[in-house]
Amino acid sequence: MKNIDSDKHLRGESLYLDDLPTLQGSLHAMVFASPTAHGLLQKLELEEARKSCGVWGILTARDIPGENQIGNIIPDEPLFAEKEIHYRGQPIALILAESREAARQARQKIKVEIEEFPAVTTAEEAFEKGMFITEPRTFTMGDVDRAFAKCAHVFEGKTFTNGQEHLYLETQAAYAIPAEGDQIKIISSTQGPSQVQKAAAQVLGLPMHKIEVEVIRLGGGFGGKEDQATPWAVMAALGAQLSRRPVKLVLSRSDDLLMTGKRHPYSARFKIGLDENLKILAYEARFLQNAGAAADLSPAVAERTLFHATNSYFVKNARLSVYSCRTHLPPNTAFRGFGGPQGMFVMEAAIALAAQKLKIEARHIQQANLLQEGDRFPYGQRAEQALARKSWETAYLHYKADDLCRKAEDFNKKHEYIKKGVAFMPICFGISFTNTPMNQARALVHVYRDGSVGISTGAVEMGQGVNTKMLQVAASCFSIQPERIKIETTNTTRVANTSPSAASATSDLNGKALLKACEQIKKRLLKTAAKELKTNPQKISLQNECVLIDKKDSGLRWEELVQTALLQRVSLSETAHYATPKIRFDKKREKGRPFSYHVYGTAIITAKVDGLRGTYQIESVQIAHDFGKSMNTAIDLGQVEGGLVQGLGWMCMEELAYDKNGRLLSNALSTYKIPDLFSVPERIEVVPLEDEGHEAAILKSKAVGEPPLMYGIGAYFAILNAMRAFQSDLEPFFNAPMTPEKVLTGLLKKQVKNKPLHVEKRQIG
Amino acid sequence: MLYLNDQKLSPSAPSGRSILEFIREEQQLKGTKLVCREGDCGACSVLLGSLQADGKLHYQNITSCIAPLANAYGKQIVTIEGLNLKNGRLNRIQQALKEAAATQCGFCTPGFVVALSNMALQKAMGKDLSPKDALSGNICRCTGYKSIERAAKQIFELLQREKPDLQKLVQLELLPRYFLNMPQKLKELQHQQSSNGQPSFQHTFVGGGTDLYVQQGEALSLGEVSPLCSQSQLSGISVKNNTYHIGAATTISQIREHPQWQKDFPKLHEMLRLVASLPIRNMATLAGNFVNASPIGDMSIFFLALGARLQLLHLAQNKTREIPLEDFFLDYKKTALQKGELIQSLSCPRPDAHTHFSFEKVSKRTYLDIASVNSALKICIKNQHITEARLAIGGVKAIPLFCKKTSDFLKGKELCSKTLRQATEILQDEIAPISDVRGSATYKRLLAQQLFFAHFIKLFPKTFKLKTLLA
Repeated sequence: MKNIDSDKHLRGESLYLDDLPTLQGSLHAMVFASPTAHGLLQKLELEEARKSCGVWGILTARDIPGENQIGNIIPDEPLFAEKEIHYRGQPIALILAESREAARQARQKIKVEIEEFPAVTTAEEAFEKGMFITEPRTFTMGDVDRAFAKCAHVFEGKTFTNGQEHLYLETQAAYAIPAEGDQIKIISSTQGPSQVQKAAAQVLGLPMHKIEVEVIRLGGGFGGKEDQATPWAVMAALGAQLSRRPVKLVLSRSDDLLMTGKRHPYSARFKIGLDENLKILAYEARFLQNAGAAADLSPAVAERTLFHATNSYFVKNARLSVYSCRTHLPPNTAFRGFGGPQGMFVMEAAIALAAQKLKIEARHIQQANLLQEGDRFPYGQRAEQALARKSWETAYLHYKADDLCRKAEDFNKKHEYIKKGVAFMPICFGISFTNTPMNQARALVHVYRDGSVGISTGAVEMGQGVNTKMLQVAASCFSIQPERIKIETTNTTRVANTSPSAASATSDLNGKALLKACEQIKKRLLKTAAKELKTNPQKISLQNECVLIDKKDSGLRWEELVQTALLQRVSLSETAHYATPKIRFDKKREKGRPFSYHVYGTAIITAKVDGLRGTYQIESVQIAHDFGKSMNTAIDLGQVEGGLVQGLGWMCMEELAYDKNGRLLSNALSTYKIPDLFSVPERIEVVPLEDEGHEAAILKSKAVGEPPLMYGIGAYFAILNAMRAFQSDLEPFFNAPMTPEKVLTGLLKKQVKNKPLHVEKRQIG
Repeated sequence: MLYLNDQKLSPSAPSGRSILEFIREEQQLKGTKLVCREGDCGACSVLLGSLQADGKLHYQNITSCIAPLANAYGKQIVTIEGLNLKNGRLNRIQQALKEAAATQCGFCTPGFVVALSNMALQKAMGKDLSPKDALSGNICRCTGYKSIERAAKQIFELLQREKPDLQKLVQLELLPRYFLNMPQKLKELQHQQSSNGQPSFQHTFVGGGTDLYVQQGEALSLGEVSPLCSQSQLSGISVKNNTYHIGAATTISQIREHPQWQKDFPKLHEMLRLVASLPIRNMATLAGNFVNASPIGDMSIFFLALGARLQLLHLAQNKTREIPLEDFFLDYKKTALQKGELIQSLSCPRPDAHTHFSFEKVSKRTYLDIASVNSALKICIKNQHITEARLAIGGVKAIPLFCKKTSDFLKGKELCSKTLRQATEILQDEIAPISDVRGSATYKRLLAQQLFFAHFIKLFPKTFKLKTLLA
């Protein structure tokens, strides 16, 4: 089944927030943010701006009736800065005006005086200065020090992975509409409607039931709207509360880039020890996470880094620690992979370094250490239905990896200016929110008297196809035509206390709840049918809109059955609750079973490097992926291809740049480049692992949102391998993303004096 | 007056309003999306249909977020709504995208439909556009493009098979029926339009708008502008006495598609593919690139190497003067253009049989990106000796740089590695790059050297090897 939104999308008829008709009397809001990364607010002059044409008013922290606080995990983030400024782009005031243009002109008239302090922009500096969001966390397994002593080979190194801008095409947006009394309805482009509701209630000083949050769909989220859609929605709600007029707040692209957080940059040190058979005996890693100026979701992201620090490998002795460092950048936040990719990159770097020093190919180390059934992860969970080896072998055989490597070598012998490199990238990604209480969901199903069905869940559609999957769940349970089913908007009055659509778990959680609700209605309908047909409910089944008795058509149709049930006063509505079973995690011991299951896979990446110009192209990515038993191959393939390309972007194209004062330099699409059609690999091939799927996954179809992003990590190492083909003694460097600059300066190192890259002055294009 | 899809309108919006705002805010057609406001993503793509001298409608896709409404007067703007079939069914392009599961969040999708419709319309005008070229200006953050590519390939093959004209495009349900009436309707519209007359200094001059609207779009959108692209005397390419005469408002696409240029520069298509994207090339004018004076303006570098001269017109005095392009760039974003002047045209000599030309560009992303360093070289070789050389390099100084010293040095020298090794030292003295978001100064120096070598290695692969040049 194709994405149920396809027709509307293709005809340009899908409604995103900014496409909604603007109600008469609506005000347009614009955020005034700090031009300084760190300091004390001394003076804020709003008078001239307030007098500006078309301005209704300007709100600051003083106008907040409730608490000036929107922090999620830790209450450390004000909606508007009051005195202390913690990052450039931190909201200070909200302008409400009759038009966007009027708001824009007023914004230019605001004057602010800030006593400026030096800004800390890197995790290392924050670490040295002891600036932390939370206490560090450490996962330990085995006896690491003793194991290192026994190793035949020990290597140490350091890595850096830069952040990544989400670049959801639809910017952050919200529209708040005052309702009766003091109630507010917020339409928000958020992955987490309940979080918006909670934060708005807190800021507005209202109980949650007076705030209704509605989500139609998102023009992309990727984690960037999990927690960071909240401030804008709350600001719009505050504006609506105070003006009693509808307030629309749509961030311009430049405001969005400036004011929102990104994927966390990480700096890390590692030490890896192998025995003579290339078995990894010990691994130690210390991660410094650049969390930005407030906690946001950083502690949870940091935790997931540790959960994924050994990737797909069994490491008997491991010590992994993470420091969430507070800097003066916008609070960094969730982004597809959620810390996992940063952890996995370091492991792959450690293996690549070992391989280079031992003068072998990394794949020999990788292959020797893949997880097997029953192996323990450093956090205590055992690998069940482990497919690390199977995915490796499937990829290896299916894509004739030996041939592939040999062909690359032949190519390299024949070509002087262009060389190829091949890298393997196995992945293992845990599915569930690592914060166990979040693993719950609810669904509400109405069967209407004409046989049509309306479904509400907590799932937010952002392009990942969750609505299509929900529809499939209901259609297969009731055995009715998809056209009969409508997936309603996500709304806090229909489904309350939801977890955000995140962690790849949305379809599992909401789908399981939905299935339960549908099954309960179905059970009642079968009973009704049995009564009507004067037979036993066990003999009744539904198929293709017909009621069957002993698998034979009874003549009773779906619509008639629903009618009958209504006349017999049988409930045609149901709500159901699902909580993921068997998961737990003890943060004191740092042990438990945090994940419902793991998703596995292996990618083989081939890169081509131009040694004359330093440019490169990822030629092909060939993947064996663990879909479980895919319930929608088109959607799942789209997630694999799309996730991979986002990972490739993070690893070898997208370069975030801040200057030392915390000013974003890559502040537009002209300076922050994401993959285009030309830069994606000519060939992306995906072969599914033959597998029964996992019981904990919806219809045994495994979560697919995040895992494929991490295949992209292999591209970094493929490029490095191609560089090695130019220079076998190349000193490997682990500083992602790879850029043409790093390749060229790496290859021509002798020519380059050791000048560190720093930004002096911007030259505009 | 203009047509928006099949509706004739007389917009009340000022001529400087961006076409996107006009469509979304004034006309309430919400299918066209705003994403970057820089012409960098294609979510706001629309088609612009204009009547040609032969009475046929010529369509091209543009990014409406940085295009002034003035550039659509007398033309037809086609939005996603205007590509939908009337009966609510998907047209052939939309169907192919659906079958390939090529839409996820859907925000970029209308832009892709518009871009593929352009591919179909180009075919009907007898021009082959590859799927990749057709989609070169469109960004998608969800799909990873492969599904879109599969759909585009299917449409491309259909077009190759059917070789459709406009009539056939409608028959094949690639376009709605009303397109057939548009040439007639636009003809009638043109009769009603009054002529544009001379450009006036009363308002800001706008060419394609592709740089001006990125920098000042919000302000320009509020008022009137003085459009240059509608001035027929400012556009077009002619050849006289082995010299090209090019109107200032000639677009990059016009150069790229000019038969004589293609003949004189066999690699033209490839070289100019590195410059912007299809929609931007459709809009951006040569003079616009010069006047913007960006140190890494691709066309500035291109024409510096070609030895172009500019004809500047003083409007009030109705006087023209001519200067070499290298004298036009004075300092960072500062040009020799005086108050009251505009670029009227440029001229440059056609290459002869001994002339070689090369254009090189390295950016973070190969296509639709601003260069870290770009370079062009024109060189004449007789008997293994360099009789003339013109080297231009961008991104290494405050202006697009014509490397006079290096060029002078090369003249008369033997075409050999020793010459280049000496020349590259002179080149390093001539440049003064700064570190910025596109690369460190060190890197740019290195890149200038490499691209200089790359010109020669590419043009004379048997004569030059990198190892020898670096030795």
